[in-house]
Amino acid sequence: MTETKPFIDIRHAQKSFGALEVLKDINLSVQKGQIVAIIGPSGSGKSTLLRAINDLDPLTGGEVWLEDMQINKKLPHRQYEKHINNVRQQIGMVFQHFNLFPHLKVHENITLAPKMLKGLSDAQARKLAEEQLDKVGMLDRIDYYPSRLSGGQKQRVAIARALAMKPKVMLFDEATSALDPELVEEVNLVMKKLAEEHMTMIIVTHEMSFAESVCDRVLFMDEGVVVEEGPPEVIFRAPKSERTQSFLRKHLEGVRR
Amino acid sequence: MRLDFTVVLQFLDVIALGMLWTIAITLGAALLSFFGGIVLAVIALYAPILVRLPFRLFAWMFMGTPLLLQLFLIYFGLVQIGIDLPAFVAGVIGLGLHFSVYNSELIQTSIQAIDKGQMEAARTMGLSRWQALRKVVIPQAVRDVIPPIGNNMIALLKDSALVSVIGVSELTLSAQLAIGRTYRPFEFYVAAAVGYYMINLALEAVLRRIERRIEAAR
Repeated sequence: MTETKPFIDIRHAQKSFGALEVLKDINLSVQKGQIVAIIGPSGSGKSTLLRAINDLDPLTGGEVWLEDMQINKKLPHRQYEKHINNVRQQIGMVFQHFNLFPHLKVHENITLAPKMLKGLSDAQARKLAEEQLDKVGMLDRIDYYPSRLSGGQKQRVAIARALAMKPKVMLFDEATSALDPELVEEVNLVMKKLAEEHMTMIIVTHEMSFAESVCDRVLFMDEGVVVEEGPPEVIFRAPKSERTQSFLRKHLEGVRR
Repeated sequence: MRLDFTVVLQFLDVIALGMLWTIAITLGAALLSFFGGIVLAVIALYAPILVRLPFRLFAWMFMGTPLLLQLFLIYFGLVQIGIDLPAFVAGVIGLGLHFSVYNSELIQTSIQAIDKGQMEAARTMGLSRWQALRKVVIPQAVRDVIPPIGNNMIALLKDSALVSVIGVSELTLSAQLAIGRTYRPFEFYVAAAVGYYMINLALEAVLRRIERRIEAAR
């Protein structure tokens, strides 16, 4: 792999809640177009790390960079709010529990932020919603309320909503963990399609086979540190660390059960 | 004296006008209390402490003292410091502020019950905290408390009779005027009661429609 300047760069990330240190000096560089999976047991800090990237869970130490801009730079409160709102427009995020806005129809969910932040007209917004929904195969549900969608459909709309801001990076926080098994595939397919379009993605997941099939790199985290990282074929087939081996073994047993 | 309800017919215009004033004052105060309730709830939850405290005091004043006293204070009291409000305006403000405090309590609880993921999702797209509150959190919170707010509005309608004491010729005062001319309190108080009941039915019908609309959007 040729090392160019990283697109997302996390340097010495540290995070504590009081005496509890959940992230201990984590470094992660992601190149443009790369897809990185973060795996690990619950409580390992992987979600916290992901949420530190767009400052939902601010770090207590270390830096996060998006291209040439430090995301978590020190600024007076008002300026920082402006800065971070601007940064967040460039980073899409998808949550485990979808977090669609239940009082808004599907297309309104998608166009709320573009309309407010980019001043789209109603006609432009409608077109944007149609484009994004078509991408995730949900165009026929454009006028539905979220409550009438299945979990997989909700998550596909949530992905379309994040994409509507034309982000440079997409963060997925256990996007399929809350879904019934038979609904996982439709969401995975959408994510695969994004991968084929060379979207830069960081994916926190419990789905090893999915991670193996789409990711360029896998990080295994445990107790706030990156235990091992490398290409998926190494991490999944021949992990060096004993902790990685035991985690994957346990996970595999869980899947079989 | 035998009861004779036909006398009411002679004063039907007075009673009808009284009903209109009651409707007007209820609508005005209801709107004020609705938006006032939202504003107070946001202040109570999000404003810095120096803003929050005076409003806390204000809320306590309106919840802890009789509405009648508040109306006297607004209509008769404020004149002394140079604020001379027409009786109708004083009535709307008094009733509206009084009920905005009660609505605010409902909305506060409701805002706090909205899933934190809603705010997070809005913020991750770049919306400011205020934009997220305005477009995502508050609409849901308000939607969830429409039924109890509706109950407050029915209480408001009934309490609007109190503004008769500051001289707004709404339904109760209109009945009293008619009684003064005819000495027939029973007939006119019953007529006023029927008037309130009719407005109440209409109000409940409107509230049910709003609730059904909201239910359809779930």
